[in-house]
Amino acid sequence: MSADTVIEAEGLTKTYGSKVAVDHISFTVGRGEIFGLLGPNGAGKTTTILMLLGLTDISAGEVNVLGFDPAREPLSVKRRVGYLPDEVGFYEQLSAADNLRYTARLIGFTSMDREKRIAEALNRVGLGEFADNRVGTFSRGMRQRLGLAEILMKGAQIAILDEPTSGLDPHATSELLGIIRRFKSEGVSVLLSSHLLERVQSVCDRVALFSGGHIALMGSVSELGRTVLGAGYVVDIEAEGAGLADRLALIPGVSRVEQTGIGKVRLHAERDVRSEAAAEVVASHGRLKYLGVQEPSLEAIYTHYFESKPDETLKEGARHAA
Amino acid sequence: MRREGSAFNGLGVVMLKELADHLTSIRFVVLELVVMALAVVTVYVAAQDIKNTVAEDPFLFLKFFTTSSGSLPSFLFWLSLFVPVVSIGLAFDSINGEHNRRTLSRILSQPIYRDALLFGKFLGALLTMAVALVVLWLLVIGLGLLFIGIPPGGDEIARAFVFLLVTIVYSGVWLALALLFSILFRSAATAALATLGLWLFFFVIWPVLAGEIAQIVVPPDPRYMALGLQTPGTAVLEQVLARLSPSTLFGEVVVALLDPTTRALGPIYLSQLQGAVLGAPLPLGASVLIAWPQIVGLLATTILLFVIGYVVFQRQEVRA
Ligand SMILES: Nc1ncnc2c1ncn2[C@@H]1O[C@H](COP(=O)(O)OP(=O)(O)OP(=O)(O)O)[C@@H](O)[C@H]1O
Ligand SMILES: [Mg+2]
Repeated sequence: MSADTVIEAEGLTKTYGSKVAVDHISFTVGRGEIFGLLGPNGAGKTTTILMLLGLTDISAGEVNVLGFDPAREPLSVKRRVGYLPDEVGFYEQLSAADNLRYTARLIGFTSMDREKRIAEALNRVGLGEFADNRVGTFSRGMRQRLGLAEILMKGAQIAILDEPTSGLDPHATSELLGIIRRFKSEGVSVLLSSHLLERVQSVCDRVALFSGGHIALMGSVSELGRTVLGAGYVVDIEAEGAGLADRLALIPGVSRVEQTGIGKVRLHAERDVRSEAAAEVVASHGRLKYLGVQEPSLEAIYTHYFESKPDETLKEGARHAA
Repeated sequence: MRREGSAFNGLGVVMLKELADHLTSIRFVVLELVVMALAVVTVYVAAQDIKNTVAEDPFLFLKFFTTSSGSLPSFLFWLSLFVPVVSIGLAFDSINGEHNRRTLSRILSQPIYRDALLFGKFLGALLTMAVALVVLWLLVIGLGLLFIGIPPGGDEIARAFVFLLVTIVYSGVWLALALLFSILFRSAATAALATLGLWLFFFVIWPVLAGEIAQIVVPPDPRYMALGLQTPGTAVLEQVLARLSPSTLFGEVVVALLDPTTRALGPIYLSQLQGAVLGAPLPLGASVLIAWPQIVGLLATTILLFVIGYVVFQRQEVRA
């Protein structure tokens, strides 16, 4: 395991009786990376997470989390990894701070250390003023944030979040994703699972698309977009200038130019042509108002990959993963 | 494969949380208050009785536990209801409650083993019962002192204390059973009903059933019946069967402890009576020895039930 890898799974498999929930998957998560496990219900995301934490037995394969084997050294793993379960629950009759106090005692923090960590963690997720309120009065979004506060308090090196945004409204979702981004900026690696593709696409450095226990596709969203959709880059430009569309069409790599409005054009290209496009606008003495590249949508990749040819892709996925 | 670290990491933390949760829970406080009220009434009535009848009994104090008067059952009877019911009430949702509140996987993702959670919950509940029983015990002794004004002797106190310990052990049986059912049944209501049902079965139905079964297996001998006696074979079988019930075991221990004249539990054989002065009290050690198999039986049942629960819990999936 290299110094920059925090999670390494090799041929990881979980069977329940004759049912294979996770089938020989292999992946790595780097330090400070946000890695998404994406896939439909029952794809095996939660099962994978439980195996990483040593909370369920591994049927076959190898896992290494921060240099420890979760099956043999579960305490070392659990001391360093924070986990936000799917639909996390707290003791309703206890306050937010008391819930964290209990966890802090279980971890073994001394009482001085405990109070400092708890206050800090609650403040950072915006629950500072609710520290002494009973969790029974908390909304779904507040509970999720309390779960993240627990991970912060723990000082975890890896945060494993199972469906962190499920059941949240758009505002609460973006707040939560903001907190997750801050994890990354502090060097904490994040592994999150979700079936809500477009919401998590924005935070993930790399994703693994799960299907029926296999990893069908893995990579950054733009990489996947190119391999699956084959579309390459879509660059939107808003600028004034005579004959601009014709000049832009001459840029090497541009396959098609589309007029999308007055003074608005869309370029379809096989590579990122933003700098050349800007240069052309300037060269034609036009005024550049907007220049942006569209990320391929994970939703589109997903639909394209799975729903157009479900049977083949499953088999193909099996071969990729094996 | 040797596991890393100690299985008892976090045990004390879990135990103290459980203790605090129980001692502040409404259902526990209400039940404890009810039994305390019953203790006051029964001890008061018993005191009136004792004053009138057996004023020179050397084991006066033990009578406070056992004297029933008219329609009012003895304190011991209330205790034999209170201990199982409250023990079950404390433990029936131990594990399934964590599942249903969805706290289990979050707690188990902290650096502790499942052992610590399970054992901590058991000990927390046992400690709660111990606190409750000590309070009741002190109350009965205190009231007794107040009502008759004679301090108890050392042997009486020692007997009452051993009785207290045995009662705590007895509550362990029901705690372990309720804990096991809280692991087996995902629904807390099912677990509660199943445990209470089993207790009622052992408390009410089994003593009757044991007699019936014994009579079918070893039909009573008409010669004994003609004399109005129980056939020895039938009686022995009935007792063996009855002792499968923890309530019977507890009852027998209590008889041996609180009635110092008890020489044997169950049918008495002539050999046991040889050289004995009938009605003379035994020393405490001898009484404990008589009840020793029953005490061990209660302890072993507790341990067995806990171990079964432990094994099942270790293999259980954490996700809800
Ligand atoms: N205890 C179990 N016994 C048998 N099968 C199980 C068990 N737990 C999970 N499974 C099966 O394993 C498969 C993977 O489940 P898992 O919960 O990992 O999926 P998931 O990707 O997390 O789905 P979701 O998005 O619904 O959370 C499912 O088909 C599920 O039915
Ligand atoms: Mg899941």
